[in-house]
Amino acid sequence: MKNFLALLLTLFLGYMIMTSLAANDLFPDQGAADVTTRVSQKYIDRSVNGDVGEVIFGQATNLESGPANIVTAIVADYRSFDTLGEVTVLFVSSLGVALLLGGPKQKRLELNFHPNFMLRVGSRALFGIILMTGIYIAIHGHLTPGGGFPGGTMIASSMLLLYLADDEFRAKIKGFKMLESAAGSAYVLIGLAGLFLGSYFLENLLGNGILGDLLSAGMIPIIYVLIGLKVGSEISGVIDNFLTEEGV
Amino acid sequence: MTLINFVEIGISVLLILLAFLAINSKTLIKSVMFLSSLSMLAVIGFVLLKAPDVAVTEAVIGSGLVTSLFVFTLLAVRKVGKKA
Repeated sequence: MKNFLALLLTLFLGYMIMTSLAANDLFPDQGAADVTTRVSQKYIDRSVNGDVGEVIFGQATNLESGPANIVTAIVADYRSFDTLGEVTVLFVSSLGVALLLGGPKQKRLELNFHPNFMLRVGSRALFGIILMTGIYIAIHGHLTPGGGFPGGTMIASSMLLLYLADDEFRAKIKGFKMLESAAGSAYVLIGLAGLFLGSYFLENLLGNGILGDLLSAGMIPIIYVLIGLKVGSEISGVIDNFLTEEGV
Repeated sequence: MTLINFVEIGISVLLILLAFLAINSKTLIKSVMFLSSLSMLAVIGFVLLKAPDVAVTEAVIGSGLVTSLFVFTLLAVRKVGKKA
């Protein structure tokens, strides 16, 4: 009876949403919207500050934003300041976890689970592959889907694999903390360099190069690799805090 | 209606079904497994919607990190429960 009422309520709410969207000017039918007048078209054409002509992959140079991946162009170039805030949010959350669960003398949490030899060796072999995939995704963030955040999380999940497959293992967490602070400070320093050497915060000071090259888009790959390192080490620290407890 | 439309409809129905199962399972470990498969299907959905960026993130976080953390939290909780 309770489930039936819940189903009825859900169907009613779904019907309400459907009817309110059906005759709404803000949500036109598929194909009816004029996309060329939207803001997104300006980002795709790289013509926010003025028309730059046709954007051709592998040929275009000196665009106002270099990355071939439009999502990266928005996240790490047009809206880079927002990304700095996002990274700060992640930093604050990992700080909170460390304050609640961290302590001076930590040892591994005793789980009712003891991996055997095969699992330990197999996970060591897989660790390298996952780590390299994460680094690849972070480095190619300006060309292919992905980037700093998924790449960093992949690096952290390779650390998680090592933690789960060996109940004695602990990473050198101090190194991770150093790496995290260095990467975070470098991001802010790049922003300040743009402010003092150029004209605004996080300005792209290096040349953009040819659209689609690995060494293109100026500062964007550097920033995305820094974000990848920061996110990876931060989430590894959170995982370490989750899987350790205070020893005696 | 092309084949891809039918695939999309199938994935949407399966997503709702898996979400229902994840909420209503009797044991917690089954809930976690259904949640993980839900994330995996959501990845396919994102790829069909031409959002590979979101798909990569969902694959790593949804079905990788969150699932393993949930499973090991369940292991830890069960052990403490036995002691008491």
